[in-house]
Amino acid sequence: MSAAQDAACAAALFAVDPAGLGGVCLRSLVQPARGQWLEMLRDLLPAGDPMRRIPFNISDGRLLGGLDLTATLAANRPIAERGALAAAHGGVVILSMAERVSAHTAACLNAVLDGGAVITQREGVLISDPARLGLVLQDESMDEERVPASLLDRLAFLVDLNGFDLRTCLLPLHEREQVQEARRLLPQVQIEAELIAALCGTGLALGAGTPRVSILAVRAARAMAALDGRSRVRSDDAAAAGRLVFAPRATRVPNKEAPNAETLPGAACDDQPAHSPSPEERGGTEKGAQEEAPRPDDVILAATRAAIPRGLLSRLRIEAAARSGPAAPGRAGALRTGGSRGRPAGVQVGASRGHARLNVMETLRAAAPWQRLRGRTSGAKSRVLIQPGDFRTTRYLRRSQTLTIFAVDASGSSALNRLTEAKGAVELLLADCYVRRDLVAVISFRGRRADVLLPPTRSLVRAKRNLAGMPGGGGTPLASAIECAALLGGQAKRRGETPLLVLLTDGRANVALDGSGGRDAAHADALQAARRLRCSRIAALFIDTSPRPSAAAAEVATAMHAEYLPLPFADARALSSVVSAATTRAAR
Amino acid sequence: MIATRPIFPFSAIVGQEQMKLALICTAVDPSIGGVLVFGDRGTGKSTAIRALAALLPPMRAVVGCRYACDPAEPDAWCVECAERAAAGTLKVRSVPVPVVDMPLGVTEDRVVGALDLERALSQGVKAFEPGLLARANRGFLYIDEVNLLEDHLVDLLIDVAASGENLVEREGLSVRHPARFVLIGSGNPEEGELRPQLLDRFGLSVEIKTPEQLGERIEVVKRRDEFERGKAGFVAKWKKADAALRRRIVAGRERLAGMLTPDAVMESAARLCMQLGTDGLRAELTLMRAARALASFEQAEAVTVGHLRRIAAPALRHRLRRDPLDESGSAARIDRAVHEALEA
Repeated sequence: MSAAQDAACAAALFAVDPAGLGGVCLRSLVQPARGQWLEMLRDLLPAGDPMRRIPFNISDGRLLGGLDLTATLAANRPIAERGALAAAHGGVVILSMAERVSAHTAACLNAVLDGGAVITQREGVLISDPARLGLVLQDESMDEERVPASLLDRLAFLVDLNGFDLRTCLLPLHEREQVQEARRLLPQVQIEAELIAALCGTGLALGAGTPRVSILAVRAARAMAALDGRSRVRSDDAAAAGRLVFAPRATRVPNKEAPNAETLPGAACDDQPAHSPSPEERGGTEKGAQEEAPRPDDVILAATRAAIPRGLLSRLRIEAAARSGPAAPGRAGALRTGGSRGRPAGVQVGASRGHARLNVMETLRAAAPWQRLRGRTSGAKSRVLIQPGDFRTTRYLRRSQTLTIFAVDASGSSALNRLTEAKGAVELLLADCYVRRDLVAVISFRGRRADVLLPPTRSLVRAKRNLAGMPGGGGTPLASAIECAALLGGQAKRRGETPLLVLLTDGRANVALDGSGGRDAAHADALQAARRLRCSRIAALFIDTSPRPSAAAAEVATAMHAEYLPLPFADARALSSVVSAATTRAAR
Repeated sequence: MIATRPIFPFSAIVGQEQMKLALICTAVDPSIGGVLVFGDRGTGKSTAIRALAALLPPMRAVVGCRYACDPAEPDAWCVECAERAAAGTLKVRSVPVPVVDMPLGVTEDRVVGALDLERALSQGVKAFEPGLLARANRGFLYIDEVNLLEDHLVDLLIDVAASGENLVEREGLSVRHPARFVLIGSGNPEEGELRPQLLDRFGLSVEIKTPEQLGERIEVVKRRDEFERGKAGFVAKWKKADAALRRRIVAGRERLAGMLTPDAVMESAARLCMQLGTDGLRAELTLMRAARALASFEQAEAVTVGHLRRIAAPALRHRLRRDPLDESGSAARIDRAVHEALEA
């Protein structure tokens, strides 16, 4: 089957059992294919089933429900308002720009997907609405930003439409009537234990997802059989399910040579330990699986393997080299909260506009002196008369988070022992940042270009793992490093964080921005990048680690308006204390 | 409320022995102070914790008390129960142990309790409407994705979890009520870490991993599938196993008070904590309590070094001083210390 047919098949299966299959992650930029796919889904879903679109930055009140202010005031008792998820009960919710969704919103969505209901307590009301629904994520991610892995784990299908050109046409494979018939049939569909085992084996062999994903694959196989009008899952149903659910998640490709069932579960290819980006693969000990493995169905594994995206292996190798695998972005929650959380800091006049929470006491207090006057004019006596001007909302203060970006020169000229010290300093600072709840990112530059070794994170676990594997040697692409840091810093600024760049280098740039060698061109490029960084107003600290501080390094530091610190003999602890002091200054 | 949905039975959860043991220990002795379950996605963290709720035997509570005060414990009564007792005898009834979910989207007023909006608007009366902490009194407070909890909510929890009392000073209210609960948190460490202060409030901490054994994995998927096909039937099938476990927990609770702790075992625990350099006495206390709970659950004569050894990792793992330069994990450090302190 072609990719277009797979996408169409996923739409039909999802339409059969939206809540059971969790959802679809539609990876695509804005393009006709995405619209076609959504239209196709619309046509497959029973008429009248809700299909709602929600933005990534939806407030908790709108997502989960909350206090309906107008109704509450009219009725003189708290009246809850249903949120978008409860309103979509029995249907599908489309989340646009899912790669930008906050960890907090993702966790709320997870809870609803798991429980099939919105159960929460907010704004003085208890919310408990059924919400069995499927989720379509519109994922437009390009660079570092990723849809939260915990959310992806609950969706059966990951459909990538980016490869589709304008001529590819998405044609539905099924009719709405078939979907409706399949929905009726679904509860009766039986699946043999052997096929369940085969699906689990395939998932393990490909390193595709958690047990939850295997459960989704079984459900997909059921939906497939139902769609075909059968009440028994056949091996080709399971094969189709395996292909759709597991193939896009494969993190390793079993050897093509593995011909039979006995070797399949352990058939991870030889580079498996090198590219273990997610923890479920660490300690991948599948040896014990062999003796008890019931014969996995060759059909399923073969079909799934055939559907693994081309170039997966090479892509995995690149990601392994960059050590920034598709694991969860280690970004902790509560980054973008729109001033609705944190410590209360006084009240302000004005009705709540989605984010801000009404301060009932202050509102009542503001309305109190006018009650007699208002009662006289309106005639009503028994209730509190509140006018828009009385509304008070609570203002919240949040400490702006600091993101410290370490750009570490790992080139050959920065001798290897300096690299060890830099690593040590970063680790020490990380422990410090952990206490202060700050974020840390690490860029390493060597050879031809700079790489983000560690995207902004608070996770010590990830940071330690990534730092330990940091390689050394090669040229000094200083310009590339500064560009990379500016990019990360810019992203952080847009999230409302305060970035601080700490550049640890000897300043001897010898690789230009385009990857070519040459000391002069490289230095010119570095200067230019430094000036651009200065324009984006990112605070910086330039630590010259060379044994003899050079004028070139100082020049770059001046261009980026950085504090210049020649520290030829600093050890990890000295570096750490210098940076701590600078961070405190930057955060002020 | 939505009609109670059938809950996946505790006994039917495949593997994850350490998590199950830790949960059982806190069910035997709630004063251990909660369990933190950190691990990979999709490993049955939430399932296990919800299943525990269904398993626990009912408790006796004062009728009409909003905090479900225990009639047998006058020291922990709320103000209202004290007044009730002074006015006459307390009526008692049997209620299920509360397991209160603290959803991530929760607002502060719903956690600590707040002004009763309805009565404030309609009658102009200043009345207190209890929040989640009140409902969780004597039960479990469960926070999924605890590491994503907002800082100001964490601050609230830290205070209440230590004192067992919720103090409300807001919106013109001044209320205090008992809030003793077992804190259960789950999360994925890749998504952010916990403040050390909150970490300390959890008595035990377990780390769980995705099952990589094919057989185990198949069993997980099969049982889940069976459960979804026929929930009532599946629950009935495991009812006996769940009931047996409940009986063991009840028996363990009864045994707890009379459990002997030999001095030699106490010494071993102290030696272990010193070896690891844990902060304060809390580590030692928790370790001893957990070992006693384990011994009681297993109907042992007395606490032995064997119990200590089995519970040492969950009780101490999250109390080690963080050393970013130490490459070996906390589990390895504990193993090393256990080996040196207990087997020497």
